[in-house]
Amino acid sequence: MLKFPNEESVHKYMTRSILGRTVMEVLAHGPTRASVCEQLKALPVAETSRYCSEENSFCWRVHSFGKKIKQDKRLDLIHQFMVNLPLIGRVDLENPDDLFYICEDYGPNPNSAPEEPFYVYVGRKVTEGQRYLAHQYSVKTRHFIGNTSMDAQLSLIMANQGGVKPNMFVFDPFVGTGSLLVAAAHFGGYVAGCDINVNTIHGVGKSSRSFGKPRGEVTLRGNDENILANMRQYNLHDRYLDVMVSDFALNVWRKQELFDVIVTDPPYGIREKTRKIGTNKHYDELEDQTLEGHIPSTMSYHLADIFKDLLNFSARYLRLHGRLVYWLPVVNADYSDDHIPQHPCLKVIANSEQKINMTISRRLITMEKYQSMQNINPLDQVEAEIKTRTYEGSNAIRKIYFPNNSGSQSHNKSLPLT
Amino acid sequence: MADPTVTVNEMKIREVDFNPEFISRMIPRIEWKALYEAALSLDVVGNLSPELITDYEKDEDFLKEAHRVLMEVEVIKGFLICPESGRKFPIENGIPNMLLNEGEVGDGPAQSEALQEDDSMQ
Ligand SMILES: C[S@@+](CC[C@H](N)C(=O)[O-])C[C@H]1O[C@@H](n2cnc3c(N)ncnc32)[C@H](O)[C@@H]1O
Repeated sequence: MLKFPNEESVHKYMTRSILGRTVMEVLAHGPTRASVCEQLKALPVAETSRYCSEENSFCWRVHSFGKKIKQDKRLDLIHQFMVNLPLIGRVDLENPDDLFYICEDYGPNPNSAPEEPFYVYVGRKVTEGQRYLAHQYSVKTRHFIGNTSMDAQLSLIMANQGGVKPNMFVFDPFVGTGSLLVAAAHFGGYVAGCDINVNTIHGVGKSSRSFGKPRGEVTLRGNDENILANMRQYNLHDRYLDVMVSDFALNVWRKQELFDVIVTDPPYGIREKTRKIGTNKHYDELEDQTLEGHIPSTMSYHLADIFKDLLNFSARYLRLHGRLVYWLPVVNADYSDDHIPQHPCLKVIANSEQKINMTISRRLITMEKYQSMQNINPLDQVEAEIKTRTYEGSNAIRKIYFPNNSGSQSHNKSLPLT
Repeated sequence: MADPTVTVNEMKIREVDFNPEFISRMIPRIEWKALYEAALSLDVVGNLSPELITDYEKDEDFLKEAHRVLMEVEVIKGFLICPESGRKFPIENGIPNMLLNEGEVGDGPAQSEALQEDDSMQ
């Protein structure tokens, strides 16, 4: 049960709730039906007149947790409860002004559910959350996707964690197909992103949709498969600023507090090795790089460096009190809060685990910039650090997740990690 | 006029809803002189003010011009040019490519300041 100062604040809250279904105002609750009925009967007229009037149509429903209740028993229950309220309006099953719920809790184990419920609530529906958005923005029906496109529901949750509000400037440095930007734009953010992969950003190459295609057949992406086209699909294109091809390891931005929010899903190096531009070759051995179509060679970009770069970048480019939201892969047996990368300007304000399987998880880390770089004494630590060595070395995460088979990419297709 | 920081082969004007609050929020984060010069080299100056004015939040005409240049002018094909090194970065399909070649990448620390760009957004 939650306490809200008034109904208006409930409505406000639920416009941002991605997972919440329904909020109801609790009218009565207790361990037995009889006690709940007594409470309903005792409600003062000043209370009940808000919803018991001639003009107010109504409807009742039963929700049970941990046990199935048959239809005729439901009707009995409804009758038993509703007679305790002075309801004088019309019944309307389709479109009632007020919807009353009887919620009965039979405990966590449906196989040994008791005859009578452990606890009963009676409430009146106030409003619903935004669960439908996960469907509206589903990647299944999205124009342009890739094999690491972030799930719509999680993207919306990330935008919430980032505190995205209208007119904010939101940036994703590992933008891929831009799923996180779609969610940020839904909440009114103006969005931009970068990615090292020219093909992804331009939407050229193989399509990620194999749906309905014969095995092995390669479908090429259409001409307009790109992030801007996705924004158009959802009528969010006015909030699209730009995307650029760039390597996050090499900064391209003029130093200033530029972004309100940074949301990102960095590459972990599970599907592909993480890369940045560079080479270990001696300068004389390099081919002529000024040739048109020259593709710069890359070297591995260690996970520890990706995270440290991300924090250092955020500390410099976020405005004060702006937020950074990103996923951190962890091995549960080994995890402690020391794994979380730290920076003297950023503090962790949320750390939410999503279990991937018995041994591994990813954690959604939300940090807030609570002081500017200028305020830091240059003699103190001014750069990001990670207290453990987990993310060091090339392919750090692959070695942890697949200790016997760090080179293989084939058997881990089902992981929602990248 | 200083050397151009952007050159253009193909350009498009994309209509975008005017949102004075957003433009007002962005102006302090923009180097106005660089924006003005980029507009000059693209020949889209129109009534864009050469100087940033005080109280711009209240001046709708000023904001509308800023909106037009920032949000509606889109370089589809061209180059961004680094004012310090002269390095040219191609723009294709409206998307700038800021990648360096391996030979241009030093061993220096990440997030180096070598590359600065004045007009990265549009
Ligand atoms: C997990 S994916 C992000 C997917 C994205 N959230 C989406 O919904 O499509 C990580 C992205 O980081 C990009 N990437 C990898 N190394 C990079 C680097 N050094 N600089 C910038 N982007 C990089 C990859 O090309 C990939 O698109």
